[in-house]
Amino acid sequence: MNFSLARTSLIADADMIGIAGERAVCDPRGVLYFPELKLLAVSDLHLEKGSSFARRGALIPPYDTGATLLRLQAVISDYQPSIVISLGDSFHDGGGAERMHASFRERLEALMAGRQWFWVAGNHDPEAPADLPGETVRELAIGSLLFRHEPSKVRVEGEIAGHLHPCARIVQRGRSVRRRCFAGDGGRMIMPAFGAYTGSLNVLDRAYAGLFRLETLMAYMLGSDRIFAISRPMLRPG
Amino acid sequence: MTVEPRLADQNAAVALPEPFVRWFGEKGWSPRAHQIELLARAQAGQSVLLIAPTGAGKTLAGFLPSLTELAVRPKRKPGQAHRGIHTLYISPLKALAVDIERNLGKPVEEIGLPISIETRTGDTPSHKRQRQKLVPPDILLTTPEQLALLIAAPDARRFFEDLRYVVLDELHSLVTSKRGHLLALGLARLRNYVPDLQTIGLSATVAEPDELRRWLVSQNAPKGLAWPDMAGLITVAGGAKPDISVLDSRERVPWSGHSARYAIPEIYEAIKRHRTTILFVNTRSQAEMLFQELWRANEDSLPIALHHGSLDVGQRRRVEKAMGENALRAIVATSTLDLGIDWGDVDLVVHVGAPKGASRLAQRIGRANHRMDEPSKAILIPANRFEVLECRAALDANYLGAQDTPPLIKGALDVLSQHVLGVACGGPFDADLLFEEIRGAAPYAALERETFDRVIDFVATGGYALQNYERYARIRKTKDGLWRVSNPRVAQQYRLNVGTIVEMPELNVRYVRQGRGMAGRGGPVLGKIEEYFAETLRPGDNFLFAGKVLRFEGIRENECVVSNGAGANIIVPSYAGGKFPLSTYLADQVRGMLADPDRWQALPEQVADWLRIQKEKSVLPKRGDLLVETFPRGNRHYMVAYPFEGRLAHQTLGMLLTRRLERANARPLGFVATDYSLAVWALDDMAALFKAGQPSLGQLFDEDMLGDDLEAWLNDSWMLKRTFRNCAVIAGLIEKRFPGQEKSGRQVTVSADLIYDVLRSHEPDHILLQATRTDASAGLLDVSRLADMLSRVRGRIMHKHLEQISPLAVPVMLEIGKESVNGGANETLLMEAADLVEEAMGQGMVRAGKV
Repeated sequence: MNFSLARTSLIADADMIGIAGERAVCDPRGVLYFPELKLLAVSDLHLEKGSSFARRGALIPPYDTGATLLRLQAVISDYQPSIVISLGDSFHDGGGAERMHASFRERLEALMAGRQWFWVAGNHDPEAPADLPGETVRELAIGSLLFRHEPSKVRVEGEIAGHLHPCARIVQRGRSVRRRCFAGDGGRMIMPAFGAYTGSLNVLDRAYAGLFRLETLMAYMLGSDRIFAISRPMLRPG
Repeated sequence: MTVEPRLADQNAAVALPEPFVRWFGEKGWSPRAHQIELLARAQAGQSVLLIAPTGAGKTLAGFLPSLTELAVRPKRKPGQAHRGIHTLYISPLKALAVDIERNLGKPVEEIGLPISIETRTGDTPSHKRQRQKLVPPDILLTTPEQLALLIAAPDARRFFEDLRYVVLDELHSLVTSKRGHLLALGLARLRNYVPDLQTIGLSATVAEPDELRRWLVSQNAPKGLAWPDMAGLITVAGGAKPDISVLDSRERVPWSGHSARYAIPEIYEAIKRHRTTILFVNTRSQAEMLFQELWRANEDSLPIALHHGSLDVGQRRRVEKAMGENALRAIVATSTLDLGIDWGDVDLVVHVGAPKGASRLAQRIGRANHRMDEPSKAILIPANRFEVLECRAALDANYLGAQDTPPLIKGALDVLSQHVLGVACGGPFDADLLFEEIRGAAPYAALERETFDRVIDFVATGGYALQNYERYARIRKTKDGLWRVSNPRVAQQYRLNVGTIVEMPELNVRYVRQGRGMAGRGGPVLGKIEEYFAETLRPGDNFLFAGKVLRFEGIRENECVVSNGAGANIIVPSYAGGKFPLSTYLADQVRGMLADPDRWQALPEQVADWLRIQKEKSVLPKRGDLLVETFPRGNRHYMVAYPFEGRLAHQTLGMLLTRRLERANARPLGFVATDYSLAVWALDDMAALFKAGQPSLGQLFDEDMLGDDLEAWLNDSWMLKRTFRNCAVIAGLIEKRFPGQEKSGRQVTVSADLIYDVLRSHEPDHILLQATRTDASAGLLDVSRLADMLSRVRGRIMHKHLEQISPLAVPVMLEIGKESVNGGANETLLMEAADLVEEAMGQGMVRAGKV
C-alpha cells in the first residue's frame, strides 16, 4: 500500500499552518512537514536517554530508542520526505550514538538512506553523532525558514526551534488536560519533543518569556488523531 | 488462651522481680493476668501475640519481659565493649514511638532501672544517630523504614547481635500494607542475625489471629529445630460493652451525599453535653466540611479543633498537645487519629458518616474512655439513608463482636526488590541462603525460586529481556558466588529511597496577605494539597482548607499561594485515597437487613417508610440475590444494580458493564457508582435487550468479564499508571520526588507514565508490570471481591422493569453528574476548548485540523 500518496493528497488548506509565509502540516504525532520543500522536521529525539539514566544507576527500560525510532519510521514512511532535519538533542548525551544497540543503529541508518539528513547540534549533543551518516550543522536556513535548536532571545521571523519541550494545559469542566504542543505566533514556531522519554514544560513558563507575540500565540496541542489549536487566554500554567 | 481482664493471682505475681512488685504496690496497682501470662511465656522462650482492647495495659505487658530481664542484667564493666540493642520496638507511627518513650520512661525511672530508652525516627538528628550506632540504647523505639535503613548498614549484624526481643505495636494495622511486607522481611533478617530472637506482637482484635501468629515467627525454621510455626496467643476479653446509638434525627435524613449537614445542630448539642468529643469522619474533605459547619453553629465559641493528615505537622502537634491537656471540647479527625495514641479524657465519640467496617468502628470507639472497665459512649451519624442501614448493621456487629479486618495479601515484589538491594548494601549475600531466609517471612512463605531469581535480576540490571544494562549493574555476583553492590553510590541512592509510602505529588499551601497576589511572600505554610486539585483552580477561586476559606492566587514552583477568602461558591478539595469501601461483612449485613422487614423496626421511621414504598413500587432482593432495575427517564434508559460490594468493586463493574453494553449496541453513555449500587445509562432500551437475550442479564453479569475485558480495559486505565508509579518508586526503578525538586525536575527526570507506556508495549510480562497488575487488582479495582459477587449471584439475578425510578434508586441517581468518571473523555474536553476558541475568534483563522 502506498500510504504516502494518500497522506499527501489529504493535505488540505485547513490542515496547514503558516510560518513566515511557508506552509506546513502540523502533525499530531509531533512533527512538521513542509510539502513544497518535501522537508520533515522533528525535534528532541533524546535517543538513548534510557541508557544515559542507567549509567547513573536508574535502570529504566532500555526500549525508548526503539519506541522513538518506531514512531519516526511511521511519519517518514507516511510523508516520504527528501530532507529530514533533526532539530537537536537527537541523542540524550554525547556518548549516546556510541552506546546505541546495533539493531537500533541499523534501523536508524535504514531510515536515513536515500534522503538528505541534517543533525542540528543541540545542548545535549553538540558534536556529530559517532559513526552515523548525515550532516551536522549549527543551524540551517532554507527559504524564509531558519532551523536551530535553541530559540534566539530576540524574535526571528521564520525561526523553527526545539529545546524547550513545550506543553500546554487547559481546564475544562473542572478537569485538567495537559498535552505536548507546538507553540507558535505565526512568525516563529517551537516544536514539541518527540522522544519517548522526554518530559515537557508549560508554554506559560518563564523560560518562554519574550519569545512570542502574545496576542497571536497559539498552542497546537497534540490529540490522538488531530491537533487542537488553543489560544492563549484558554491556557493554564503548571 | 483467653483471659478475663482481671488482676493476676497473688502467686502468679511472684514471677515479677521484687522492685516491680514494690512499684506496683506503691502505685496501688496490681499486675493484670495477661501481663503476667505474657511474661511467663516469654521467659519460657516463646514468641507471643497479645490481643487486647485499648486500655488493657498492652504496652506495659509488651515490655515487661525486656524490663525484667534488663533489670537483673549484670552491669557493663569499664573497658568492656558497648552492648548492642536489647529490645527493638516498632510502631507504624513516629508519634506513637515518641509517646511510648514518655510512657515507658516513667515506670523505668520510678522503679530505678538502669535502662536506656531512645527513639530513632526520620526526625532524629544525624549526630544522635551516629551516637546510637556507637553506644546503642537498651531499648530502641522506631518505625519499619528505620529498621530497613539499619539493616542496610554495613555494621548491622554487630548492631543487632545482642537483640533479644522485638515488640511490634498495632500489629493489626502494620500487617495489611506494604510496610508490613518490608517489616516482615526486616524481621527475617534479624532472625538471621539472632536465630532465637523472640517477638511480641500487640494487636487489637482481628478476624484471623492465626495469620498474625504466623507472621511473628519464622515460617521456614532450620530443619532439626522443633520450633512451632505460630506464636503463642493471649487474648484479653473485651471490657465493658460500648454504649453506641445511631442518631434518630428530628430532621429529614437526605437521600444521598456525605456531609451530614442536617445533623449539625444535634451534633453541637451532644458536644455541649460532654466534656471532650472526638468526631471521626472518613475523608479529609468531610473533615474540612464538618469543621466549617460546626464553627458556624458554635455560638458559645467552644474550643473545637481540626486534625487531618494534610495539615502542617506543627499545627497537628499543637492540636495533639491541646488534646492531651484536655483544653479542647471537640476535635474533628480522620484516620490519622485511629491508632493508639493516648488522648486524655474523651467521653464521647461521634462517628459522622458510616464507619464502612465493623472493626474500624470498634477501634475508633475505643478512643473514648481509655479505661477499659467503663463503657465507651458513641453516636453514629449516618449522612444518608443507605448509611442509616449501614450504621445499624455496624452497631449490631459491634455488639456481636464481629470482625472484618482485611485479609492479608501475599508479599509484594516491589517491596522484595527494595529489600534485596538493602541486604546487598549491608554486605555480600548468597542467593540460596537469602531465598531461604525470605521464605521465613510469612508474606513470602510461598515465594517461588523462579520469581525470586527474577527479582534479583531486576535489582541487578533491571531484568529486561533486552540485556543492555550489564555494564551498569547495581549488584554483581563475584567469583566467590556472593552478590555485592557494584559501587558505593548504589547504597547512597538506596538510603534516599527506602520505604513503601509513595505520596501523590503535593504542593505546600502558602498563605500570603490579601491583595498581595502572587507577589506576597513569607506567610506560613498551612499544609499540603494534592497537585492535581490545585491545577483545577483558577486565581480567585475560593476553597476550604485547614478550616479556613482560602482564595487561590496561583502556583509558584512547589507552592500553592493563597490568601484570605470569602464568598458563597466554596470548593472543597478532594483527596485521592482515604475512602474506605464498605466491608464485605457489613455489606452482607445490610443485604440481610433489607431482606428482612422484621428488622426495620430498629430503623428510624422515615427510613423504614422508604423501604416499605420500595417494596410496594418495586421489590426488595433476597439476601443472596442481585436486584437489577431498569426504567426510562428523560430520553434515556437506566439500569440500576444493587450489589452492595463497595465503591471500588462497583467502579470496576461499571467499566466492564459499559464495555459489554457498547458491544451489544445499547449505546451506553455513562455510569456512576456508590458503595451500595451502580447506575448505567444508555440511549437504547436495555430492558428490551435483556428480554430478547441480546444479551440476557445472566450473560451481561457473567464472570467471564474478568478475563479479556478486564485485561483490555486495565491496560489503558489511569489507575494502572498510578499503581505503576508506586511500584516503580518502591522497587527503586525511579527515585522518590522530594519537595522543591518537582517543577524544575519535569524536563530532566523521566515520568513514570512515559516509562509505563514504553515498558508495556515492549515487555508486557516484565516483573514490575506483573507486580502492578497484582496491586491494582487487589487495591483500586477490588477484583477479587467483584469475582466473589459475580459467582455468588449467578442464576440469582432479579430483573425488575419499572415505568419510573424506584425509591431505592434515588440515592445513586442523585450522584449522577456530581462525580466525573475518568475515561477517555480527555479528547472531548480538548475539542470543547478548541471549539470555544473558534467560536470566540471566528472562522477563517489559521488553524491546524485533521491530518
